[in-house]
Parts: sequence; C-alpha cells; structure tokens
Amino acid sequence: MRPGGRRHDDDGVFEVRIHGRGGQGVVTAAELLSVAAFAEGKDALAFPTFGSERTGAPVTAFCRISDRRIRSHEPIVEPDALIVQDTTLLHQVDLFGGAGPEAYVLINTGRGLDELGLGDFAATRFRPERVVTVAATDIAREHLGRPLPNAALLGGFAALTGAVSVESVANAIRGRFPGRTAEGNVAAALAAADAVREGSVVRA
Amino acid sequence: MREQLEGSQAVARAVARCRPEVVSAYPISPQTHIVEALSDMVRTGELAPCEYLLVESEFAAMSAAIGASAAGARAYTATASQGLLYMAEALYNASGLGLPVVMTLANRAIGAPINIWNDHSDAMSQRDSGWIQLYAESNQAAVDLHVQAFKLAEELSLPVMVCMDGFVLTHAVEPLEIPSQEQVDAYLPVYTPRQVLDPEVPVTIGAMVGPEAFTEVRYLAHAKQMQALDLVPELAAEFAASFGRPSGGLLRRYRTEGAETILVALGSVLGTIEDVVDELRDEGERIGALGITCFRPFPLDEIREALTGVTRVVVVERAFAVGIGGIVGQNVRLALAGLPSVVYDVVAGLGGRAITRRSLRNLVEEVQEGRVEPNRLHFLDLDRKLVERELQRLQEKRRSGPHAENILRDVGVVAARSH
Repeated sequence: MRPGGRRHDDDGVFEVRIHGRGGQGVVTAAELLSVAAFAEGKDALAFPTFGSERTGAPVTAFCRISDRRIRSHEPIVEPDALIVQDTTLLHQVDLFGGAGPEAYVLINTGRGLDELGLGDFAATRFRPERVVTVAATDIAREHLGRPLPNAALLGGFAALTGAVSVESVANAIRGRFPGRTAEGNVAAALAAADAVREGSVVRA
Repeated sequence: MREQLEGSQAVARAVARCRPEVVSAYPISPQTHIVEALSDMVRTGELAPCEYLLVESEFAAMSAAIGASAAGARAYTATASQGLLYMAEALYNASGLGLPVVMTLANRAIGAPINIWNDHSDAMSQRDSGWIQLYAESNQAAVDLHVQAFKLAEELSLPVMVCMDGFVLTHAVEPLEIPSQEQVDAYLPVYTPRQVLDPEVPVTIGAMVGPEAFTEVRYLAHAKQMQALDLVPELAAEFAASFGRPSGGLLRRYRTEGAETILVALGSVLGTIEDVVDELRDEGERIGALGITCFRPFPLDEIREALTGVTRVVVVERAFAVGIGGIVGQNVRLALAGLPSVVYDVVAGLGGRAITRRSLRNLVEEVQEGRVEPNRLHFLDLDRKLVERELQRLQEKRRSGPHAENILRDVGVVAARSH
C-alpha cells in the first residue's frame, strides 16, 4: 500500500507509458493504442508529455484504458505497462519510475536483457515473463522498408499484455495510414506479436 | 456517434458546425491545432461560406474578429497565454462594443519565466475584461460549450471565451461525441445582430462617450453580463433536451450531498478531483466537489447555495494574484460572506505541474487535520528547499543572478530532459 493512495490497479484503469525519442512516433503509438482500445468498446485516453518537441529529444506518451469512463488527464506515474522504443534512453531517463512489480515491460532491441545490463534488474524487480524484448526496428525494416518500430511494438504489446487484441491494433493502423503503408505496418505488428507469443524473442 | 479524437480536432469540428463566417487567428501553442484544422476545412470547402484570415498577430486576430462581427458576421478566434495578453486592448473593445465574438482559450501559463504548459494565468488575467468566461472540465464539455457559447454570445450581444486546459485537454485523444450539423442548426439560430455596419442604415459602433454617459454605458456592460446568470442555465437545459446529454450550466455539483468538505475548482482538474472524491467517499469521508463552469459572470448566489452548511471549502486553482492570493478563492469567499464555512486557498498545477490524486488526497488530509492555515495562500507540492536556497542566495550577495537559472541549476535540469 502506497502512502496516501490505493494501488493503481485497484481502479480498473490499465495505464501504459511509452518512452521514445522525438520523431519515432511515440505520440502516434499512444494514439493508435487508444484507438484500438476504443474500437473494443473501452474508454481510452492518449496524451503526450508536452514540451518543445525536437527530433531526438526524449519524449513520453501515455495511454489509459478502462471499461469505465476515464476522468483524470494527469500524467501516469504508476504505469501498469511500459514500452521502450529506444534503448539509448536507458541511461538518460528514469524509464521504470513508478512501475510496480506486476508491470509489463516491452523493450525494442535486438539484444538480450543481459546485454543491455538489465538482466538482474528485470528479474528482481518485475515478473521475468513480463519483461520482453522484441527487435521491432528490424521487423519494421523487413516489412515496411523503414526503421519505424511503432506498429511492431504495438503488435508485441498486444500479444504480451492482452490489453487490446492484435486485430484491433491492425485495424487502428489501417484507419490511420493509407494502403501500402498500412499493410506494411500491419505485417510488422503481426510479426512482432508472433515473435512475442512464440517466445522466439531474445530474452535474458 | 462517438469517435476517438484529439480535443483540438473535436473543438474545431464543433466550431465549424456552428458555421462561423470569419475565423481570424494567429498560431500559438497549445491552441494551434484548432485553427489549423479550421483553416483546412475552409480550404477544402467543408466549412463554407467562411473566410479564414491568417493575421499577423493576436492583436490583429481580435481586431479582425471585431470588424467582422460589427459587419454582421459570426466571428471566431482562438489563442493562449501571451497571445491573449497581446490582444488585451482589443478584448475590452469587443466586450465594450457588445460584439458576440466567440474565442477558444487553450489555457497556458504567462511568462516570465517562459513556459508553454498549462495553467489559468492567461484567462484569469482577463477575467474583468467584460468577456463571459466558461471553463471546460473535459473535452466533451469543451465541444458542447462552444455550441452553447455562440448562442449565449449572440443572444446577449457579448463576447464569450471558452477556456480549455492547454495540452491537458487540447492534445488528449479520447472518445468524443461531435454534434451533427442538423443538431447544431436546430439549436443555434442564424445570427441576427443587434447592431450592424450597414450603409443603408448608418450607425456608429464605437462612438466616444464622455462623463455625461460613460457610467451608464458601463453599467449596461455589467447588467448585460449578469443576464448570463439566467441565460446560461436555460441554454444548458435546452442543450440537454436537444443533444441528449447534460452540459454547461453555471456550476456542477459532484457528490455534494451531506459533504463536510468540498473541493472547488475550474477546468480539467475536476476529473482527477472526482476520482479522489470517489476514493474518499468509499473510505467513508463526507466529501464532494463543486466545478465552476461559468466564472464570469460569477454565480455568487448559486455558489452560496451550493456551499451552505459545508464546514471546509478547499479552492484548488491554477493561478493566483501575486501580492494577495487566490483569485477563485476570493470570489468564493465573497459568495460565502457571513457563513461559518472556512475557505482554503490552494494554488496548484502552475506551468504544467501535474495535480496528482496523491497530492489531492494529502491536501484533504492536511486540511482535515488542521495543518493548512485558512486565509493564507497554500502552494500544493511546493519544493520549499528549492525556494529557501534561492532566498538564501539573495541574502548572501547582491548580484545573486536570475531566479529561473539559479533554480534550474539546483534542480539539475539538463536541456534534453523531458519532464
């Protein structure tokens, strides 16, 4: 029990925090996630941290998902899930701040947690099966021809957490992007979801 | 139909359905997405007939809106922060002349220190400009208030400012109901001006008035604005009947029945406050919330009625008056004059600082335990050590340097840090 408040998961709101760098589509990722949840009949609220946006600067975006009406617009301080788009943020930003032991963590990397120096940390702080890496940028390059990891990460996120279905993520992508861009992104999302499900991801 | 939309996009669509004939604006964060979307709609012909004027400043934006309104057009603009200050002179003209311009204010702090984030300093600085001020507690409220604002403005022939929290609401994506064109057309009649520049029937709008009648014209400004206290609830009731959801009104009570403590606030923080009220009610606390939607005119009688019998009134506001204290708090005190309720003035969420559930819970606890002094301004989550260090520097040497830089250095903020 935290001082002055109930535990965050008691209120039926699933809270996701996405970390990346300006230009990587962090804000779009949060938005797409909210669209996917909305399409499943849930209430969903996506919003960025606000700043003078610059390419390459650390950016955070949030998404709340709930079966009930979401009223609070305050930033998420105790996330139920984290998506890390860029591992170069590891030593610059407090990526795991506020995340409880039950939190899900999805990291975009082709390397393992040990290689990132996170093996022990992840195993002791979180449930090991909930800390997953996925090579989203490589998957995006393969399916989209461009190193944009968003869709792949959302696909992987859906498979990891079940907060939304992979199909809803695919539909959200199709609603946002035109023809071939959409299909490339959908393919990347599905591939990343498969990778997470099959456990063929690189783990510690 | 509900759609997953950004607040700014939703407001732009709602404004477009109100069929403005002139939109004049100058971009400034966090308002820009709204007028960007409107300019797109004018370009594609989705919003027609409408002239979009990309003017050279906020002063020009309001001046053009005044001109358009005086010529009989339904006029709209949007701004924030320094932009509002830059149009201050024109604001008084719009209200003094009685021109029903509608403006969105995407609330943002005022510099210095320069800060692009949300608080209510901008709106509060113009609270006495003669504009009616409505505050949206959610993006749905922002959408709905704009539709009501045009009707309110035109019925009274007064300008209306719809305040919505910058970034917090304008950049949030959530499920929103956008009223259909048919619904809006049925609710909002074609604009029939009380005064119009018409060469066939010449009048002067803006005649000079000397001591012989200035007081009387100013009296009318007050008397007219006070009429909004009756009209705002009527329009809200009509809105609920036509659109099938409650929205607007002067105040909104949340679980106030039997409450000993009531939190009073304006804008989006009410969402978090309602969450806190639910938590504390579950724990057996007698607590509720009162949202002020219409801040100007100020609903003195209604607030007095809503707060009569309440032991503690905690006003949480996102701005304050330097040298005296709470702004909303002072107004609430006036409403409660002679009643035994104790009013606490709490400044929170300045320049984008989050007002968290935890901070609000702690605040309520401190107030109930008598650890917050009434009649003194209280700053939520103030980092006292940081302030004391800078005060110490002031004492130590004459050339102590700029506060902002000194404090940022103490905090250890590096340029690239996001939060």
